[in-house]
Amino acid sequence: MTVNGEERSLDLDPRTSLLDALRDDLRLTGTKKGCDHGQCGACTVLVNGRRINSCLTLAAMHDGDEITTIEGLGAEDNLNELQAAFVECDGFQCGYCTPGQIMSATGMLNEAAEGMPSHVSADLNDGVDLSDAEIAERMSGNLCRCSAYPFIRKAISSVATKEAAE
Amino acid sequence: MNKHLKMDAPQPRVLDETRQGILGKGISRTEGPKKVSGSATYAGDNHPDGMAHGVLLRAGITKGKVTGFDESAAQKIDGYVGLFHGPKFIRNNAQGMADEAPVQPDCEVHYHSQPIGLVVAETFEAARDAALAIKVSYDEEGALVDPKSAPQEDQGGPDVGDLEADMGRADVTVDEIYTTEAQVSAAMELHGSVAQWNDGKLLLQSSLQMLKFNRNEIADSLGIDPENVRILAPYVGGGFGSKLGIGADAVSAAIAARDLGRPVRVIMPRQTVFDAVLRRTETEQRVRLGARSDGTITSIGHDDLVSNLEGEGFAEPTSQASQFLYAAPNRKMQQTVSRNHRTPSGSVRAPGEAVGMLGLEVAMDELAERLGMCPVKLRLQNVPERDPDSGVPFTAHSLTEALKRGAQEFGWKDRKANGARREGEWLIGMGVASAARKNMLLPAKARVTLDGDKAVVETDMTDIGTGSYTIFAQITAEALGLPIENVEVRLADTDYPEASGSGGSFGASSTGSAVFLACQSIREEIAAKCGANDFTLKDGQVTAGGKTTALSDLLDAPLSAVGEIEKGQTSEDHLSSGFGAHFAEVAVNEVSGEVRVRRMLGVFGAGRILNEKTAKSQLVGGMIWGIGAALTEEAAHDPRTGHIITRDLANYHVASHADVPEQIDTILLEERDDYANPIQAKGVGELGISGAGAAVLNAIYNACGVRVRSFPATPDKVMAGLDAM
Ligand code: FES
Ligand code: FES
Repeated sequence: MTVNGEERSLDLDPRTSLLDALRDDLRLTGTKKGCDHGQCGACTVLVNGRRINSCLTLAAMHDGDEITTIEGLGAEDNLNELQAAFVECDGFQCGYCTPGQIMSATGMLNEAAEGMPSHVSADLNDGVDLSDAEIAERMSGNLCRCSAYPFIRKAISSVATKEAAE
Repeated sequence: MNKHLKMDAPQPRVLDETRQGILGKGISRTEGPKKVSGSATYAGDNHPDGMAHGVLLRAGITKGKVTGFDESAAQKIDGYVGLFHGPKFIRNNAQGMADEAPVQPDCEVHYHSQPIGLVVAETFEAARDAALAIKVSYDEEGALVDPKSAPQEDQGGPDVGDLEADMGRADVTVDEIYTTEAQVSAAMELHGSVAQWNDGKLLLQSSLQMLKFNRNEIADSLGIDPENVRILAPYVGGGFGSKLGIGADAVSAAIAARDLGRPVRVIMPRQTVFDAVLRRTETEQRVRLGARSDGTITSIGHDDLVSNLEGEGFAEPTSQASQFLYAAPNRKMQQTVSRNHRTPSGSVRAPGEAVGMLGLEVAMDELAERLGMCPVKLRLQNVPERDPDSGVPFTAHSLTEALKRGAQEFGWKDRKANGARREGEWLIGMGVASAARKNMLLPAKARVTLDGDKAVVETDMTDIGTGSYTIFAQITAEALGLPIENVEVRLADTDYPEASGSGGSFGASSTGSAVFLACQSIREEIAAKCGANDFTLKDGQVTAGGKTTALSDLLDAPLSAVGEIEKGQTSEDHLSSGFGAHFAEVAVNEVSGEVRVRRMLGVFGAGRILNEKTAKSQLVGGMIWGIGAALTEEAAHDPRTGHIITRDLANYHVASHADVPEQIDTILLEERDDYANPIQAKGVGELGISGAGAAVLNAIYNACGVRVRSFPATPDKVMAGLDAM
């Protein structure tokens, strides 16, 4: 598979989840484990551009796939816009759910740009206006026990607004 | 060069005289870029060479003895290394500040799913498989798991005046039972440890909150000298009390790593965290209030029943805030502890207030209702002049201002009669509650080294999301007049001076004071060097007697000092507490009983605010915990075994994005607490949750007239109330 643009080939126990392969075999520990059961979103990564919970899928199922993790967005000294917005808006406290929130938001912004409606969209065909309620609904698979929710949404919304203006 | 301060007298406001202008500012977290790029390393991210993987084996019974392990099936698994168990294994996490090993039960089992051994293998997959393959045999005994039928211990409590007699005389009374279910911290980072030994010394990377205590706890558990233990915890993915004391992950990893001569990692799966990390007890609270018809409260009673396992010294201090929040001549608060075999209980964010203020503040709403009085006015009218129990004066006390300011900003005057505001099938209401969280000062040390115009702070304090990295940099930059970029903060290494640790909202003010005292010592040295007592420090320069010199020119060698703080007379002759007021607006669906929080406002007085941005984040976080406590959080126990059945994040409902409204605001009142510590700050980590849930519950009543007294107020309970009307 390709991880953050780099081709990686792994010889793994077939039971290895994509999450554990990333963390333990590729040593990309930015992706976090909060439940291993698809209940918290801490392990969110992009697979071929779509967000998924990497704990719920086996690494062996991703032969040839393109994976993007938090390390692939922007390094500490070269943050992308969304990462910088999280810092500015204080969209985290302990930071443990944060890579998952940011990856999920990245995938979510793509979905919205493609016009994918959500449970709270008033109209299924009329494009997406990323109101706070829309962002909250679309991000509800990502838990944050520090409860930085309002600030996470502010960060996401600031980037969404900028993108919409461009 | 050291500076030690015992808080025997109020301290001057030095940090209001300094000129850098950085303290209190809402600057972004200094470690933020690491956290948003995935480069901050939490305990489980460590992967030393040759590391083996451990999975905890847990008891399948509630009480009895382990009589044997059958490893034969596990031994057939590829990569199986071995099974570890024995007398050094611990039963549960150490209580906060235990400073010694928790109960080590050897082969005894005291609660369901107690860790009884560690299965180690070459890979996580193999270890997980092997843990399932090991057959354990037991001698099972019967166990009491119901708090009501298990043996109870009377713990006593304040008893002043004559509550019973006054309740008989009072014009208006409330005498109700409120119940809360067990709750858990559910920090997003799983509890985990990586242990490795070198020359008889243990290096432990673990998710922990209070390293100086943790070091003694692990050393005592293993029977080694604390000198031979070093703990590192630079990033901790939330604690909320659950990581105050060492857990089975740390002790078992250390035992296996020593035996195998290779590093071992043990990370508890989420279900194990629910089963085997200290939970918050369920409570049953009887709140009694008596008042004259003019709204003057004459009686406050708050009795409670809580649970814990035999051998645990902790009991949820349910009535802690009730003891000083309102004035009343007759006061009685008696605690009873049930000794049963549920998962043991311990500190979860704001132990005491988080659940006790649900009972008290809902009862206050009931009293206001029965008096026909505004609930804000009732509270305002009963704010005490002094601590009602001891008679000592309060330090800075902002309850009155918080209630008034909050009512005004929230639009409280638009609150309608119960059930009078409707939007389609939604009924809308507002609620209020007071906030209070006692403030504490713990012994703490920190070292600051100034080299030219660059400073380094070192202390074993942790940052569990609380902002330690950032606020210690701000305190240092402010006190020494440095640009914030010139301060480096190094934390959470037991080789550094011993801090307070993170817990009980005392971390920032206690360890922050130690950092400040170290800076004070350096400031005195600078004063001596420029021969002036009157000087200012700003942007790496010192100005004295009209002359400005760069610090790098003034200092020919680095200056280093350790600051040390401890509590003193001021905590005897004053009561220091954070205060505040919560306001909530909710919508209740009359068809489904669903409750949606529409907006919240919290107004708080917490002394000097060290960083406006991180303080607000913590307070809002606490308020959101209040939403969870009021509406969704419930760790349910199996009535037969005591086992927690809502033991994952799909069944135990912490608030998610969709549960939290966009409008959830805080106002920080300008306050200085001169008696608390030399930086005049109080804690904010727990004040936000204290009372927050009660504002939501009281808003439900105003919306639809249903009074739920069994929390959380899930839709079935709201519906039952609506149906009965
Ligand atoms: S770790 Fe994958 S969703 Fe929680
Ligand atoms: S920042 Fe701590 S869990 Fe989200």
